[in-house]
Amino acid sequence: MNFQGYRRPDGKAGTRNYVLVIPSVGCSQAVAQEIARVSKGVVYLPNVAGCGQLGEDRTLVKKTLIGFGTNPNVFSVLVVGLGCEELTPNEIRKGISPSGKRVEVLTIQDAGGTRKTAALGKKIVKEMIQEAAKLSREPIPVGELILGTECGGSDYTSGLASNPAVGTVCDMLVAEGGTVILSETPELIGAEHLLAKRARTPEVGQEVLTTVARCEKRAVAAGQNIREGNPAPGNITGGITTLEEKSLGCIYKAGTAPLEKVITYASHPETKGLVYMDTPAHDIEQLTGMVAGGAQMVLFTTGRGTPLGSPIAPVVKITANRQTYLKMKDNLDIDVSKILQGKGTIPEAGKRIFEETISVASGKLTKSEKLRQRDFCIFKMNPDI
Amino acid sequence: MGTQTKIIVINERDNVATALETLSAGAKVSVEVQGHIERITLLTDIPMGHKLALRDIEKGKSVIKYGEPIGQSTSKISRGEYVHVHNVISHVLEQRSR
Repeated sequence: MNFQGYRRPDGKAGTRNYVLVIPSVGCSQAVAQEIARVSKGVVYLPNVAGCGQLGEDRTLVKKTLIGFGTNPNVFSVLVVGLGCEELTPNEIRKGISPSGKRVEVLTIQDAGGTRKTAALGKKIVKEMIQEAAKLSREPIPVGELILGTECGGSDYTSGLASNPAVGTVCDMLVAEGGTVILSETPELIGAEHLLAKRARTPEVGQEVLTTVARCEKRAVAAGQNIREGNPAPGNITGGITTLEEKSLGCIYKAGTAPLEKVITYASHPETKGLVYMDTPAHDIEQLTGMVAGGAQMVLFTTGRGTPLGSPIAPVVKITANRQTYLKMKDNLDIDVSKILQGKGTIPEAGKRIFEETISVASGKLTKSEKLRQRDFCIFKMNPDI
Repeated sequence: MGTQTKIIVINERDNVATALETLSAGAKVSVEVQGHIERITLLTDIPMGHKLALRDIEKGKSVIKYGEPIGQSTSKISRGEYVHVHNVISHVLEQRSR
């Protein structure tokens, strides 16, 4: 089975064909935004990080920005720096260049201020847009997709219907040779032993347990014990009996395939099948991590509704809450509430979402793309210095 | 199925289903499991969003939802009976308290 995508010089395939402007530091964000105004085929990352960060946070920022540049949904890249920042735009360029894409760099201090940088930048991205327009979509096996999964603003309909429906999509994609990313470590707490049991090797299983334990330890250090008092009284009133049940409701959205690998934030899966990326629960940080890891598309389930979108990857939002869908049609792509009305089954809904996934991968715009909702936020381990 | 399904089974391995509306003791519900229709008479009231047993579950056995154990029964649970915190304990919490 194929979708219509864009083939990149490194052999990877994208669902979109953006020219991307990356501000390597928060100080150049405004200029990047101005440059991106040139055409709707140009997007920028609202990045505020890149300075005053050391060690693991510096690494995360660098890795995430490079990951966006190398993501196959991007045709070519302009990196805009200030000139005195700790993480230099040239480091970002060096990281993206091996993908074979055109990558240009501008710095505001060298170019001589905002207006001059914006003018130079606009000239560059106009050329890039012309080059991008020459590339056509071609048939690409769906097995080349890396699909991110996420849930946010969940309610009782998420665990009962939208997550299981997306789970069947993930199983279908894995059967086609594709890759699925499960993320959000805090949601695994209580069901980590069940995910570990599905690991391809005992080592991968152990890594699941270690990763969840590390997250739990961080939460405890911050004064929060996620395991105790969970499920919360409100959950219990809603019908959730145990913590395992609550967590399974979330992780079931990534399907039932064996777990091939545990990867760190913003890392590329480098494998087919189901992988688990260690991300926080913060919706935008989680989304950003998966797209930086190469996801060309994301399926996002919600019960209460959310407007979320990514600058470069289509995010398909799915709800099984009929009221929410009717209230937030602007933001939500698929309504699977029939499952809960007893008028449709989980596999039927899964089939419909899978077909929509192929359409969107082939160019159909999602609601968040139409609204130009372009969220971006990089996970941070420590306070800035 | 004629009438609307009032309960949902998520995975075919599950031994519990979830009520899609508040159901009363004595009500008859049906659901398709592994290609055949299960007809169950409810022994207790089941609030909307809460679980009922699809099969008898002996004391100490796993309660299965999403195809995975979500806990173990603390007493014998009969087919059609309400399944919740009064007769199920988390495996995770149980291991912790040891």
